[in-house]
Amino acid sequence: MSSGKIKETLMRGVFFLTAITSIAAVVLICVFLLINGVPAIGEIGFFDFVGGQKWAPTNVPASYGIFPMIIGSIYVTGGAVIIGVPIGLLTAVFLARFCPPALYKIIKPATELLAGIPSIVYGFFGLMVIVPFVRDSFGGDGSSLLAASIVLGIMILPTIIGTAEAAIRAVPESYYEGSLALGATRERSVFRAVLPAAKSGVLAGVVLGIGRAIGETMAVILVAGNQVNIPTSLTQGVRTLTANIVMEMGYATGLHRSALIATGVVLFVFILIITLSMQAIKSRGEKNG
Amino acid sequence: MADKTKASEIKAINGAAFADRMREYKRKPLSLVMLLLVIISAALSVAALVFLIVYILIMGVPNLTPDLFALEYNSDNVSCTPAIINTVIIILLTLVIAVPLGIGAAVYLAEYAKRGSRLVKIIRAMTETLSGIPSIVYGLFGMLCFVTALHWGYSILAGAITLAIMVLPTIIRTTEEAMIAVPDSYREGSFGLGAGRLRTIVRTILPSAVPGILAGIILATGRIVGETAALIYTSGSVTGYAKGLMSSGRSLAIHMYMLANEGLHTNQAWGTAVVLLVLVLAINTLSSFIAKKISGKRIR
Repeated sequence: MSSGKIKETLMRGVFFLTAITSIAAVVLICVFLLINGVPAIGEIGFFDFVGGQKWAPTNVPASYGIFPMIIGSIYVTGGAVIIGVPIGLLTAVFLARFCPPALYKIIKPATELLAGIPSIVYGFFGLMVIVPFVRDSFGGDGSSLLAASIVLGIMILPTIIGTAEAAIRAVPESYYEGSLALGATRERSVFRAVLPAAKSGVLAGVVLGIGRAIGETMAVILVAGNQVNIPTSLTQGVRTLTANIVMEMGYATGLHRSALIATGVVLFVFILIITLSMQAIKSRGEKNG
Repeated sequence: MADKTKASEIKAINGAAFADRMREYKRKPLSLVMLLLVIISAALSVAALVFLIVYILIMGVPNLTPDLFALEYNSDNVSCTPAIINTVIIILLTLVIAVPLGIGAAVYLAEYAKRGSRLVKIIRAMTETLSGIPSIVYGLFGMLCFVTALHWGYSILAGAITLAIMVLPTIIRTTEEAMIAVPDSYREGSFGLGAGRLRTIVRTILPSAVPGILAGIILATGRIVGETAALIYTSGSVTGYAKGLMSSGRSLAIHMYMLANEGLHTNQAWGTAVVLLVLVLAINTLSSFIAKKISGKRIR
C-alpha cells in the first residue's frame, strides 16, 4: 500500500471517529444520568417519586415527591404554547404571505434576533418588567405561572415563526392560486388551502417550541416564584422540574442530590418523547410531501 | 433563492385594486378579521423584541459606569471584567474542542458516508437528539461526569467540554450544509486532476465552504456567551479571574444570573444585561451577515 493510500484510510477512520462522537455523547449522557438517578428513584419508590405530592427533602423523614414540579412544568409549557403559538403562527403567515418585501427585510432579522437573546436576559427582563406588571394588574405576588408563561411565550416565538414560515413557503404556489381562482379571498386561501397543507411542518415547529419551553431553566427560575405547590390560579407561584434542579443542587447531598438528578432523568424522558414525536412528525411529513 | 427574486419581479396584471378588495371584505368580513389578526400578531412579535431591547438599553446604558469595568472584582463594584475574560477563555476552549470534532463529523457525513445508510441515519438522529436536550441536562451531565466522576471540581475545562458537546450539533449541521452547497463540479474537477478524496476535501471543498463553517462557529459562540444552566454546576460561579483551566470562574451570563438572583445590585445588573445583550446580538448579526454574503454570492 502506498503512503498516500495509508493516509486516505487513516483520515477516513479519523473522520468516522469524529462522526460517531454524537452517538457517544448521547450514550454517555444517558448512562451518567441513569446511573446516578435511577437508584434514587428505586430507593424512594417510583410512584412515591413521580406521583408524590410533597417535596420536603430536609424534613425528617424526608419526602421526595416531584408531582407538583411535573404539573408545574406542564402548566408553564402549556401557558407558553397558548401565548406563543397563535402569535407565532399568525406572524409566520404574515411573513410568508402578506408581508411587503421592504418590511420583510426588517421583520425577518428581528425575529432571528429574538432567537439569539440569552435566556438569562429574558429572565431578568421578566423579573424587572413582567413580574411587576402581573403584580399590579392581576394581584398576587407577581412571580407566577402567568409571568413564566408570558416570558416563555415570547421565548418560543422565534422557533415557531421560523419553522412555520418555512413550512408555509414549502407549500406549492398552485394551492394558493387554485383557491384564489375558485373565488376565495386571499385570507381564506391562506387559511383553508395553504395552511392545512403546511400542517406537519407547523406541528413540528410547535413541538420544537414545547421542547424549548419545558427545558428552559434560567428565565423560568427568575419569574415563576418556585413554590412547590400545584397552582390553582394563574397568579400563584409554580416550580418547574428545571428550576428544582438548579435551586437545590448547590447544597444538596446524599439522597436529596440523587433525587435532583432523578428529576433531571424525568425531564430527559420528557425531552426524548418530544424529540421522538418530532422525528415521527417529520418522517410522516416527508412521506406525504 | 434565485427563483424567489424572479417571482417578486413579475408584476401581476390582474391584481385587485384597493377598492375592489374593500368591497370583497365587506362581503366576507371574516377574511378582514383574519387579515387584521395576522397583522396584529406580526406587530406584537416585533413589538416584543423592540420593547425588550429598548427597555434594557434605557435602563442599562446609564449604568455602564467605569466601576462596572474595573479590573478587579469586589462586592461593591461587581465588575464584569473578570467574567468577560472568563467567558472569552471558555469560548476559545469550547471551540478548540468542538470545531475539529464538528467539522470532522460533517466531512464524514457529507463526503464519505453513503447517503441513507443505517449508520448515517443513526448519527443524524443522535445529532438531532443532542440539539433537543435542554442545557440544564447538559449541566447535570457535565457535573456528574467531569466535576464528580473525574474529580476535576468546578472548573473552566469541565464547563468548556460540556458546552462543546452542546454546540456540536450546530457546528455539524452548518458545516455539512456548507459542504453540500459546494458544486459537484469542484469535486469532479479535483478528482479529474488526479487528487484523492482526502486531498479533494482538504484543498477544494473545505476552502470553498469556509464562510458557511465560519457562520456556524460564530453562531455557536453566541450560544456559548448566553449559556447559563449548563455552566452553573460545571464551571461554577466563583468571582474573579479563573486561575487556570482547572479552577472555577463565572462567565458573564452566570455573573448576570447571580446579580439578578441576589437582587442587591439591580443597577449593575441592568448594565451587565446591556453588555451581554449587545455582545450576543453583535455575534449573531455577524453570523447571519456572513451567511447572507455566501448565499448572495451563490446567486451570481
